[in-house]
Amino acid sequence: MSWTFLFRRLLLAVPTLFGVAVVVFVLLRVVPGDPIAMLIGPGATDADIAELRRLYGLDESIAVQFLYYLRDLAAGDFGTSISMRQDVMELVLGRLPVTIELCLVAMAMAIALGGTMALAGAYWRGRAGEATVDGAAGFILAIPDFLWALLFILFVVVFALDGLPISGRIGHDVGFRGATGFLLIESLARLRFDAFGSVLLHTVLPAAALALPLAAIVARVLKTSINEAMTQDYILMARVKGFSRARIVCREALRNALVPTVTLTGVQFTFLVGGTVLVEKIFSYPGIGNMAIDAVINRDLPLIQGLVLTFAVLFIAINLLVDMSYALLNPRMRHG
Amino acid sequence: MAEAAVSGARRPRATGATTRRLLTNRRVVLGGAVLLFFALAAIFAPLLAPRDPVEQDLLLQYVPPVWSDEAEAGYLFGTDNLGRDILSRLIYGARIALFVAVAAAAAAGLLGTVLGLIAGYFGGWIDITISRLVEIWMAFPAVLLSIVLVAVMGTGLHSVVIAIAAIDWTRFCRVVRAETMAQKQQDYVASAVTIGLGRARILWREILPNVVPLLIVLFTLEMGIAVIVEAILSYVNLSLASDFPTWGGMISDGRKYVNQAPWLMILPILCVIALVLALNALGDGLKDALDPAMRR
Repeated sequence: MSWTFLFRRLLLAVPTLFGVAVVVFVLLRVVPGDPIAMLIGPGATDADIAELRRLYGLDESIAVQFLYYLRDLAAGDFGTSISMRQDVMELVLGRLPVTIELCLVAMAMAIALGGTMALAGAYWRGRAGEATVDGAAGFILAIPDFLWALLFILFVVVFALDGLPISGRIGHDVGFRGATGFLLIESLARLRFDAFGSVLLHTVLPAAALALPLAAIVARVLKTSINEAMTQDYILMARVKGFSRARIVCREALRNALVPTVTLTGVQFTFLVGGTVLVEKIFSYPGIGNMAIDAVINRDLPLIQGLVLTFAVLFIAINLLVDMSYALLNPRMRHG
Repeated sequence: MAEAAVSGARRPRATGATTRRLLTNRRVVLGGAVLLFFALAAIFAPLLAPRDPVEQDLLLQYVPPVWSDEAEAGYLFGTDNLGRDILSRLIYGARIALFVAVAAAAAAGLLGTVLGLIAGYFGGWIDITISRLVEIWMAFPAVLLSIVLVAVMGTGLHSVVIAIAAIDWTRFCRVVRAETMAQKQQDYVASAVTIGLGRARILWREILPNVVPLLIVLFTLEMGIAVIVEAILSYVNLSLASDFPTWGGMISDGRKYVNQAPWLMILPILCVIALVLALNALGDGLKDALDPAMRR
């Protein structure tokens, strides 16, 4: 991949980022009319309101406010959370590793499940096996992640599966406080297998809920690509050589079917990340999604703003990575 | 005269054949039947619901559904934490779900279609501006954005509808833009330009009718999405006052009391899933039956 491609792609993200900043500003500062009304509690005096107004720069014109806002964003200053009385940037960065680990576990599950379904569907092409995979993928996809999350909770409660936790990230009795937010990686590195097991167990259900819709998409796209690859000449060659069907599907066809799947998986991964907002709330999982809902409920304007921007930056970064991996995998796109 | 020439060049409309294709498509019939079931429940809710959906009876809390041994006569699906009749709440919940689905899909469709038609037909800087806007919109997590939007506008049905439309217009815009660009290359548009029809007229009278089958499919699928988003918003208590019977609100109550009464959650979840599956099946079936490219 050439440096110019990378540079050009990075440059293209700048106007999108700027647009995102504008939308957030309009949404949170202009639309509500008086943002102070969202901030003040009952019993605030006129002097308090005027003081707040001055503190947040709201006594200036919209244009000047916008410039202040851009200046603060450029400096990485997201303000102070009203409900938690802490720096927004610190709060968000403290919770971000939780969501990142959850999403990566979910991603791994989606690829494993979706890949297995696709290979099974391609192996039993045109028979009951393929129809089952297609039907299952369609059904899984029709149910959104947050309903899967609730169905899992219902399942755990009705069948009394006490071993599977439905709330939190780590057992209270484990007594493991990581130095970083990446508990899975850290517990493994420090050989605390009890903590690793506890975090993993707490992560299974929310990750599965996030993973299922993505798994169905991976299964569909990968199976279609494998089936297409199976019509190519080199597959006929492999057949003539007498390789088994399993080997042809898993070794020969799969390799050539990966590019479209990787691209689409990347794009869909942003939806998975967006799904954490509700799924984390449902499982009381302490990531940025859970924090976002609490911020909305508490009307914590600076925190809402910081979180919406964080998600947007994550989305743009994921799309950037997808474009770059696509360019790496597909030589024809390198100089696009 | 001129008009007839243009109409003649348009794709032939075989209404009878299309109807037959629709009625023999299994997914259309099945999805349509389930949708009709919910629509009838919604329309005749006051006649069908055995009780007032907001009426509380604290002597009859957590009555289990009829398949349990402890069921009470007259409460088919039991009662919730405040002794409200679940069946009646489900029936009235269908009203809100379908109202939001239709209104939000219509609003999102209107906005997205207009912008998509303009971007696809005029191209140039207009297209670049609109496409850029779509790209910026896609950089936000839809669920979080809808929650923030409703929080900013205040709860209520109109906020929910506006929030869904303000987020999902991009779905219509992208597809309609691509389709308009494809239609623009067709001969009938060239002949319309040749006989001197105005741009607005070509867009409205010539291209739009050819995009309608696609719009019907998108509208149906968007209804499914709107049902889910409404459930999400009422789950986080942002759709309507918690008194109101919404499926999402019932799911939210059920989550709180899942240990005492797991049935509180399952029925509204099943309603959401059934309606969404029906709308998806209907949309996919319509796509097969209406899209000429897919037919071949």
